[in-house]
Order: sequence, then structure tokens, then C-alpha cells
Amino acid sequence: MALEPEDVRRAAHLARLGLDDREAARYVDDLSRILEMVDRLQAVDTQGVAPLAHPLDATQRLRADEVTESDQRERFQRCAPAVENGLYLVPRVVE
Amino acid sequence: MQWEAVIGLEVHVQLATQSKIFSGASTAFGAEPNTQACAVDLGLPGVLPVLNEGAVAMAVKFGLGINAEIPETSVFDRKNYFYPDLPKGYQTSQMYQPIVGPGEVEITLDDGTTKRIRVHHAHLEEDAGKSLHEDFHGMTGIDLNRAGTPLLEIVSEPDLRSAREAAAYLKAIHAIVTYLGISDGNMAEGSMRCDVNVSVRPKGQETLGTRAEIKNVNSFRFVEKAIAHEIERQVELIEDGGTVVQETRLYDPEADETRSMRTKEEANDYRYFPCPDLLPVVLDQAYVDHLRATLPELPAEKRARFQDELGLSAYDASVLASSRAMAEYFEAVKDVCGDAKLAANWVQVELAGRLNKEGLDIADSPVTAEQLGGLVARVKDETINGKAAKQVFAALWDGEGESADAIIEARGLKQVTDTGAIEAMIDQVIADSPVQVAQYREAAPEKRGKMIGYFVGQVMKASRGTANPQQVNALLKDKLDNA
Amino acid sequence: MHDKTLTELAAALAAGEFSSRELTEFLLARIDRLDGELNSFITVTADAALEAADRADQTRATGQAGPLTGLPLALKDIFCTRGVRTSCGSRMLDNFVSPYDATVVEKLAAAGSVSLGKTNMDEFAMGSSNENSFYGPVKNPWDLAAVPGGSSGGSAAAVAAGLVPAALGTDTGGSIRQPAAFCGITGLKPTYGRVSRYGMVAYASSLDQGGPMARTAEDCALLLGAIAGHDLRDSTSVARGVPDYREELETSLSGLKIGLPREYFGDGLAPEVEAAVRDAIKVYESLGAEVREVSLPHTELAIPAYYVIAPAEASSNLSRYDGVRFGHRCENPTDLVDLYKRSRAEGFGEEVKRRILIGTHTLSEGFFDAYYKKAQQVRRLIRQDFLDAFEDVDVLMGPASPTPAFDLGAKKDPVSMYLQDIYTIAINLAGIPGISVPAGFVQERPVGLQILGPHFAESRLLNVAHRFQQATDWHRRQPAFGKENA
Repeated sequence: MALEPEDVRRAAHLARLGLDDREAARYVDDLSRILEMVDRLQAVDTQGVAPLAHPLDATQRLRADEVTESDQRERFQRCAPAVENGLYLVPRVVE
Repeated sequence: MQWEAVIGLEVHVQLATQSKIFSGASTAFGAEPNTQACAVDLGLPGVLPVLNEGAVAMAVKFGLGINAEIPETSVFDRKNYFYPDLPKGYQTSQMYQPIVGPGEVEITLDDGTTKRIRVHHAHLEEDAGKSLHEDFHGMTGIDLNRAGTPLLEIVSEPDLRSAREAAAYLKAIHAIVTYLGISDGNMAEGSMRCDVNVSVRPKGQETLGTRAEIKNVNSFRFVEKAIAHEIERQVELIEDGGTVVQETRLYDPEADETRSMRTKEEANDYRYFPCPDLLPVVLDQAYVDHLRATLPELPAEKRARFQDELGLSAYDASVLASSRAMAEYFEAVKDVCGDAKLAANWVQVELAGRLNKEGLDIADSPVTAEQLGGLVARVKDETINGKAAKQVFAALWDGEGESADAIIEARGLKQVTDTGAIEAMIDQVIADSPVQVAQYREAAPEKRGKMIGYFVGQVMKASRGTANPQQVNALLKDKLDNA
Repeated sequence: MHDKTLTELAAALAAGEFSSRELTEFLLARIDRLDGELNSFITVTADAALEAADRADQTRATGQAGPLTGLPLALKDIFCTRGVRTSCGSRMLDNFVSPYDATVVEKLAAAGSVSLGKTNMDEFAMGSSNENSFYGPVKNPWDLAAVPGGSSGGSAAAVAAGLVPAALGTDTGGSIRQPAAFCGITGLKPTYGRVSRYGMVAYASSLDQGGPMARTAEDCALLLGAIAGHDLRDSTSVARGVPDYREELETSLSGLKIGLPREYFGDGLAPEVEAAVRDAIKVYESLGAEVREVSLPHTELAIPAYYVIAPAEASSNLSRYDGVRFGHRCENPTDLVDLYKRSRAEGFGEEVKRRILIGTHTLSEGFFDAYYKKAQQVRRLIRQDFLDAFEDVDVLMGPASPTPAFDLGAKKDPVSMYLQDIYTIAINLAGIPGISVPAGFVQERPVGLQILGPHFAESRLLNVAHRFQQATDWHRRQPAFGKENA
């Protein structure tokens, strides 16, 4: 499947990655070649093959509904770029 | 032209677990910001989710409560998007294999009839945090205490046809989740939130119109108003030659209108894929059966039993079964007094009236079911008359006595049925009211019926309300007419 | 002291030949002297190491020492370490001092081991040469012009240079085995789910697995025993008992059935590497093993499937780096989208961005079925190849990499870099364990023999590797680098 510059711009926006035009052009080139390599998958007949999401056929373990965590806000916010009154600050969100 | 609305609801119910869906942090409401956001909730590098059994059990109970299919396997997916209240940049949800399959909910319409609304599925997901916009010099503050709180999203089929039906459906869901004890159902605290899909089409047309989604409508009243408004908007738009666009709208309760929320710029692409940090959830039959055995009687079943076994009217049964607290209160009153109809009447008229007046929930009633049952029992065995009963109720409400019997005793409200005693009071009243007696006796017999009221009142007053009114009436008539 | 194995050091500590403090001081001094050139560490935690060494010596004095007490180790900088910067080789986390410990870090500390610091790596474990680190490339101690492999290149180089006797790495597509091969050490990728991933910064969750890197299989057995096991905090970790991996080390290989996957000896394999691997297999025959050729027919699809699945998972796993709660944040963001876009553009390096873009693209609407679903179907076929092969043989053997270590800067094209992992990547897709052991040299650069086993066959793999190391001395060779400074 051919990759258009618009596909890279779209992916960059979805992934919130700022790219300048020069970078975007390079990624169009790189990604095209990677996808070309990936396209070998299309030649395989996988009809009736169930997708494999995990290498082991295990099932989810359930945790008892108990509170095991205590307040560690002070410690967790030491690595935060901007906090005030215990809140993480971001540029104003417009709704 | 006759228009028909087609409405579907997505109801998000916060499950009443102690801890979050994927972490051991508390879900308690109202804590200081970010004090209940643990490493997993914050999405710190390297952390991993582990599924809470409590959330699974609650979701399955809901499924069983709406007679839904419970698939053996369900899978968690990631819904990817960036938002500051979504710490990991994805919401863990269930897109393709939800925990609860198709089921149905019975709603009661205004005329007392019922309608079945199909539920497409219900799935588990994690709640997001909250954005606070006040007082941060132009910045937004993020509180992640709510992040990771388990949500059950219940998605209906577009089976609803009016704003009233939608409100009734939401009430039915509220009743089921509170009956099951899987949510506190507190809409003011956001425990139940609702997105609505509305479209209109000419009556009789099969194909659906273009729908608009109204986000975050968070009270029964607003749901009804928002939908009514949206239907009106769409009909007007079409009748004026316009077309409805598929979009997300926000209901503004103050202006009582919906307005468009997102511009076309943001075409979302959530890139759902199975969460590689969680494995398929496989529920064996024994587990489901065990949960089934713990289910309480649900609203629809209760309603049917109140009608069939207790002989209540469809209306009474529906009102009394509408919430678990109400139903349990009623049944306790009934058990104490032994008369379902009398109990229903007292709970709905006297108690509900007073609660409503004071703005109280039945759970906060100052009169316990035990106390009200004791009072109704004394009405039933005619220990007190209706008037005294109201006095006793008022006294119980004001906490002026432990029980109806104690108040009746202390205040001497026991009904007087001793003919001699009543006759003595009548004789006294007749003796004290010569003018009225003369007027009565001169009046035509058909007018006397009204005039006797004065004497009954005087006798009742003399007895401080305790005389049996029927006896007073008969004896008075006899004495006045036959003198 | 620097050329001893973990097992030998344990014996020396037990015999009182030197204390853990003396050993730690010696190695810290060596790191100080040599690592400027090698760049194998991102952070050296000297003070904490000396404290831990003192505690270990006290423990030993009271007769409470366990098998790891006082032994120095290093951790790939992908394992969250409380109070220590955990950078993942990225500018994004350059300022991230982890507030918590990864499960394996807790386990190693509880066992009394002494962490010397955090080793260099390809950013977010994405790379096969260690050239994708924000902290600069790591050099191969065998030849400073060569790469050490990646992404656990810092761990491999540090062990090979005698800066530390063993280290932890992680392996998503070969990131333990390939650098182990390039640096002439022994590296084990355990079965998926054998070692907890809690606190191990995620690259591709369904493929990532932590494991030991050391001089010998015996040392790997010792370390694996300490880090393996069920973790209630990791849903994908397996509830299965942990054996003493050293118990079966000496088991005879007589009658061992070895399969040589035809596809692992085809075009693209350097003839000298093939020769070294075939020589190694002859050693096994001399030890009584039977060798036969087998086929893993879907081998050539492993890299395409991997480059859909891994970037897809990565694109989602790396969304949490948004400049809000931790990590890099751009200066003066004008609005939310600017905060996200600039913080991430500045914080992530080129290869990470490349993989985020591929993953985002292949998961997006209209492409999901053709890429992601297809890749997962192919993943099942690849796993089935291995399951079928292990019906007939006990282990599979082949090269860990088609060539020895290549020169720094030699591979500029991402696709040709990706193709380097042809022999290691399928193993992660299948979730089976694999080990790379030193098996010779090509022009002074080490060659690794890769041994693969069925799920949870770690004891067997370690046994097969150990018997080889008893019969050969490749793992005993030391690079010239750092020798004169010993």
C-alpha cells in the first residue's frame, strides 16, 4: 500500500508529534520503504487463522477489590513539570 | 408532517468498587486532588494494569439483571487519544468483545404500561480524571483521582421514541444498578452519566435519519429536556429545508439548548487494538452461576409480585418498585402492619408527600419503616382514627416518640368506641348548642346532612379527636332527629 | 577481579578473599577509568552501591548471605529504580527520577546484590546498535570502531569490558541476544511472562521480556533464579514455580536432539559466522547430541510481522509521554496541542518517532485489518512453526546474528538495520526462550550461537549452553580493551 505525505501528516497529528516539512518528507520516504517490507505479509494466506495477541494462551487473573495504595502525591509530583495545589497544570483546555 | 424520534442512550455507570478497575487506589469521592491517583493511575513509565474482580462481578450482575448473554470470553482494547485527563494517552475499554452481550430493560410508560428496550451490550472501561478551569492564571488544573474508576457503559438499541421514554429508560437503569448495589447511582456526583443519540424521521419511514449525539447529560430532568429540545431543533431544521449533520452537541441546562461541540477539524481515529498488558477475561459457568445466585429481586419482578400477590394497582406497584430503598421500606411497613394496600397508601401519600416537601430521600426518612408499620397497624385495628393517625405521624416525624403506640398512649389518642362515653359527649354538645339544634330541627331533612357536620366537629373536639367518627355520626343523627 | 564470573566472585566473597565493598570499589574505579571511552553507563550510582556493599558485608558477617549477596550488577536504564534517574536512553526521561522500583529491581535488592548503575541503551529499546541513545553510542570493547549491538548494548559492553560481572537487559526482538553475541558474552531471553515486566518501561508489551546478561550460562542461571517468578502486578506474568536453574546445568547432552532451521543458514548469513556456528554444532555432536535439519517455514515473515506489531504497541505505550505528569516538557507551550507536539518532538529521537508513526499509521482506520490483524495472524503461524519443530527436537540452534558486530555508523538505512534481527525476532513473536553464547570470532569480533527451546525450557537451554562452555573457552576470552588497566 502506497504511503502519501498526507498519511504521515495525519499519523503525526494523531500521535501528537510535531514534524517540520523536512522531517515529514524524510519519514514519508522511510515509512514507505518500511511498509514495502511489511507488505510481504499480504502474500500469505491467513484465512481461518485466528489473530495471536499474546504468545501464551493464558487468561486474565483477577485482583481482589481491595484498596492497597496510599497517598503518595508529594513523591509522584516531584517529577512533574508543573503543579499547583496538588493539580497538574496544562495550557488552558477549551471545551 | 408527523415526525418520529429515534433515540438511543449510552449510560456510563460508575461501579461501586472500593478500588479502581486496574489499580489498588481508592475510588472514594471527594478526596484532595491527586491523592488517590497511584502510579498505575498516573500512567508512570513501566506500570501495568491488573483487573479488579469486583468490577467484573458487578458488570456480570448487571448483565444477569437484564437477562443478557454473558460471553465466556471478553477482551480489553485500547482507545487511543490525547487529552490531559487521560494519563496514558489511551482509555482501556472493550470495543470488540464486551463483558455483557445483548439484553433488555423493561420501562414503565406514563399510562402504566410497559415497554421492552433492547440493550446492545455493556462493557467495562476506566473513567478519566477531571479538568478544573478555575484560578490557575489561565492554566487548567488536572485531578486524576477519578482516573481508573470502573465504568460500565450500557449501550441501548435505538428503541426509544420520545424524551419521556428516554427518561423512563434512564430511571429503569438507575433502579437496576441501585437494586443490584453495583452503583450508588448518584447523578450529582457523576456516578451516572449519559450520552444520547437522537434522530428524527417522518412517521412510518423505515430508514433512520442522521443522528446527533448529545454528550454528558447528567440528570433525569436534563435528559428529558435536552432530548425534547433536540427533537424540536431537528424537526424545525428539516421543515425549514435544512439537513441534520452528524455531530456531537452539548446540552446547556441554563439556556435549555444544545449546541455543537466540535468543529470538523477533529476527525477522531481512536485506533482501537487489544490491550497487550491485559489477557482475555474468561468467566467459567460456575462463577456466573454463583453471581446469579446472589441477585436480589429486581424492579420488574417486584412490580409483578406487588400486583399479583399483594393486589396493588399497576400504578402503585410501579411507584413502590421504582427504587430499592422505596420497595424495601414499603415491604417492611407491610410486614409490620399486615396490610399491603394500607401500607402502600401510607408510604405513597403521607410519607412520600412529606419527604417530597422536605426534599429528603427515603433513605433519610426520620420515620423508620418499623415505626410507620406500627402506626398503620393501629389504623388497621382501629385503635386510632385517621385524624389521630396524622397526629401520630407528625409526632414520629418530629421525633416526639419512639413508636406509634407510645405516642398514642402518651397523648391519649386511642379511639373512643364506648357508646356511653360518646353519648355523654353528644348530650353535652346538644345542651351547649341550643341555637344550632333549633336550626337543625327546623331544616328540611335533605339539608340536615350538611348541618350535622357542625355537631360532629364539636364532639370530635370534645374527645380531642379520639372518638370514632362513624359512631359519633350515627349517635348524633339518632339523638337530633328523634328528640 | 574484573575477569571473574559471578559464580567465581560469589565463591571468593564466601571464602573471604575480599569484601563486597572492596570488589565494588574496584569496579567503580574501573568504570571511572574506562567508561568515558566505552559509554556503557548512563548513570553510575556509586554511593548507593557502596552502601549496598556494606550492608551485604554485614549480612555475610552474620551468616545470612544468600547466593547473590554482595555481588555487583548493572541494570539496563529501562528498569525503574527508585530515587535514580531512569532515562530509557531518551531525552524524554532525562529528568525522570523514578518514584518506584521495578519488581526485578526489588528482587535483586532483596537478594543483597549491589547495583553499580544504569546502563546505556537504544532509546526506549528501539534499535540494534545502541546508536539511538540520547546519551550517545556505546562502543564495543572488542573493537572501539564497532557497535556493541542493541538495544541492551550498554549492559553487553559493560560485562564484556569487565566493568561489571553481570547485568540485566531486555529483549523485544533480540535486544539481549544480539548484543550478547556482538560483545562475546552470554545473554538469555526467558519465556514471555517468566520475568515480571512491572517497572520495566514498555516498548512492545506482548514481546518485551527482561533477562540476564553475563559471562557464562551458569551466571545467567544464578541471575534468572533471582528475577523470575509470578508477579501479581503484571497480568501477563506467569503463575508457575521457579526451579533452581543451576540444578540441571550438568545434565548430560547425550541423545539431545538439536534442530538446525534451514532458514537460519540461508542467504545473508556471513560465511565466517556460519562456519563458527557449524563448528559449535560439531562440539555438540562430540558431546553426544544428534543433529538434524528442520524448517521454520514462516521465518521470512517474522520481520514484517514484528514491524507492524511492535510499532503499533509502541505508538500506544509511548502516548503517556505528553509533558504533563513527568518527563520532558517544552518551553512556554501556547496551547495544549503545542504542548503535546513540541514536548514529544523534542523529547523523542528519530527512530522512536519513526516507529510511533508506523504504529499510528498501521492502526488507523482503513489499515487495521490489512496490517495489524494480518500481522497477528502471521504471528500465530510463526509460533506454530516453533511448536511443530519442538515436536521433533529438544532445542534449535543457529546464529544469533547474520554478521558479527558492524561498524558504528555503517547502517544508515532503517530497513537494513531491521533486517539484522532476522534470527532473533521470531522468538519474541512466539514467546519462547533463547540464549546466545560465545562461539568464536570473525576478525576479532565475537560470534554468538543462538539456542532456542520450547516455552519454559530455560533449565534445558542453560544446561545446553553450560555444557558447551565446559567444552570451549570462547566465553573466557577477554578483549584487549581495559586489560592493561586491570
